[in-house]
Amino acid sequence: MTLKRFIEKLIEGMLMISSSISALAVLLIVLFLFKEGFSLFSTSPLENHNVIVVSKGNPIEKLTAPQIKDIFDQKITNWQTVGGKNDTIILFTINDVSNYFSEEEIGENFEYLPEKLSRLTDSIPSMLAVYPDKYLAKDFKGKTVSVAKNNIPDFISGREWFPTAEPAVQLGVLPLILGTLMVSFFAILFALPVGLATAIYMAEVADERLRKILKPIIELLAGIPSVVYGFFGLIVIVPLIHDTFNLPVGETALAGSIVLAIMALPTIITVSEDAIRNTPRSMKEASLALGANKWQTIARVIIPNSMSGISAAAILGIGRAIGETMAV
Amino acid sequence: MSKQLKEKIAFWIFRLLSLGVILILFWILEFIFVRGWHMLNWKFLTTMPEDGMTKGGIYPAIVGTLYLVAGSMLFAFPLGVMAGIYIHEYTVDSWFKRFVKLMTANLAGIPSIVFGLFGMALFVNTLKFGDSILAGSLTLGLLALPVVIRVTEEALIAIDDSFRLGSLALGATKLQTTRRVILPIAMPNIITGLILSIGRVSGETAPILFTVAAYFLPKLPHSIFDQVMALPYHLYVISTSGTKVAESRDMAYGTALVLVLFVLILNLLANALRRFLSKKVKMN
Repeated sequence: MTLKRFIEKLIEGMLMISSSISALAVLLIVLFLFKEGFSLFSTSPLENHNVIVVSKGNPIEKLTAPQIKDIFDQKITNWQTVGGKNDTIILFTINDVSNYFSEEEIGENFEYLPEKLSRLTDSIPSMLAVYPDKYLAKDFKGKTVSVAKNNIPDFISGREWFPTAEPAVQLGVLPLILGTLMVSFFAILFALPVGLATAIYMAEVADERLRKILKPIIELLAGIPSVVYGFFGLIVIVPLIHDTFNLPVGETALAGSIVLAIMALPTIITVSEDAIRNTPRSMKEASLALGANKWQTIARVIIPNSMSGISAAAILGIGRAIGETMAV
Repeated sequence: MSKQLKEKIAFWIFRLLSLGVILILFWILEFIFVRGWHMLNWKFLTTMPEDGMTKGGIYPAIVGTLYLVAGSMLFAFPLGVMAGIYIHEYTVDSWFKRFVKLMTANLAGIPSIVFGLFGMALFVNTLKFGDSILAGSLTLGLLALPVVIRVTEEALIAIDDSFRLGSLALGATKLQTTRRVILPIAMPNIITGLILSIGRVSGETAPILFTVAAYFLPKLPHSIFDQVMALPYHLYVISTSGTKVAESRDMAYGTALVLVLFVLILNLLANALRRFLSKKVKMN
């Protein structure tokens, strides 16, 4: 008897552990995202341990990543724009070394390079030099400019996304966020009416025989791998849009929206069908007894009653679609 | 406009839109079958890819996918089914149950690419599994976990409480009730759900992108610490980022067809099994 009770407890414990593991997995994932995400915000946008140096007389103390990019793109050519003296910016990167020094001057293993660079930046007051911090001389005569760290407001509102830009990476996710929102908005616009109509049809209009055919089809639609949808979109829908609207490229938000809409359909259909089915029978019958016909019952009783379920369906469907990378 | 006419119009719109949904499915299937069918032969399925993946077969990708599916299911099935049983049969409405339910619901909502990143950080880098079948299977298993839990829970919810009470009233313990009464009835639905979740796992590309998938690896894995090719990733690669996209288009059609056929067969199997098992349970 005690053995039996022991086994019983043991199994209960096992079951409990397994459900705890599943819950923990989510916590871990969330923690991981926060940890990795925040570490990004405390790092400098400068790539490869670069430092930015200017001569001592230069009043510039700080630069932001977009400013650096504009300077290197030659959009900002005067120190005044970034708050310095009225003077043209002379750029210097490690690739320009050979323009200033001969190989003998640098030394075989670059051993004289730090000292040369130090003197160079000091001698040209309007120079902005970027080079790896290992070439920074110990008795450096100029000064290093601190670069604003990646921070959350800039991250969200930044308009440029060049994670591999040299010398400073540009991390602005605004275009990514807007793109995602736009694509999902249009996807919902396509998928919701169609999905809702199919759900109502399956739940209220179609007879049992038709339902038995429709249900597996929807399940299959849900089962097709997202990469196949993406492939389909790439080969069929992209050229289709390309030809219909005479665009130079067909890989547009519209194509993405259509593919995402198709992917969101099965989720929307199944969840809203369940919601519609859950309408109490008494409500339907009361409506019918009052002389309303089926359509009136559906439009005025069933849909308002299952509204919460339907909106959940839309959110779930699009949530699934948003996260899909392969289709877009 | 009379209400009869309105009803007619509305129902016809519903009918047409439903038909549209079906047509979309057949459009996709037709597209893949027609273009991929001529690629499908024994040689395509059993040989290695050649010539920068423009010729040859997809044998390693098929084997890789099978390994990954088996591995992830080995991890997700027991864990998920046990978690589902615990949540529904053992817990009362406590904070623990609410916590686990909330967490599994969230787990289901996490985009698959995030699973991939997480799998890379935890399994590949922290636990030092490297890009391997083990890491990929665990990541995919994590992805399948909420689906398996939900399926199990739903199968258990569908069982009337009178079964539980009847069994308990006869003096059976909780474990006996669960094992001898509840599980046999719930089994058909659980198994169907599991098969469908296999289908979902086998098609996922994003989670294996960083954890296991090899771009081009024309040999079979020797251990669970090897990289493998996988069907969805293979399709992704040869249809978008391959060096010879146009030449490998036929290969892409073939791969897509194999992938879809795999899912199709799993779906049919699940449906057939559901019918067969529910008949059997009724007879008992």
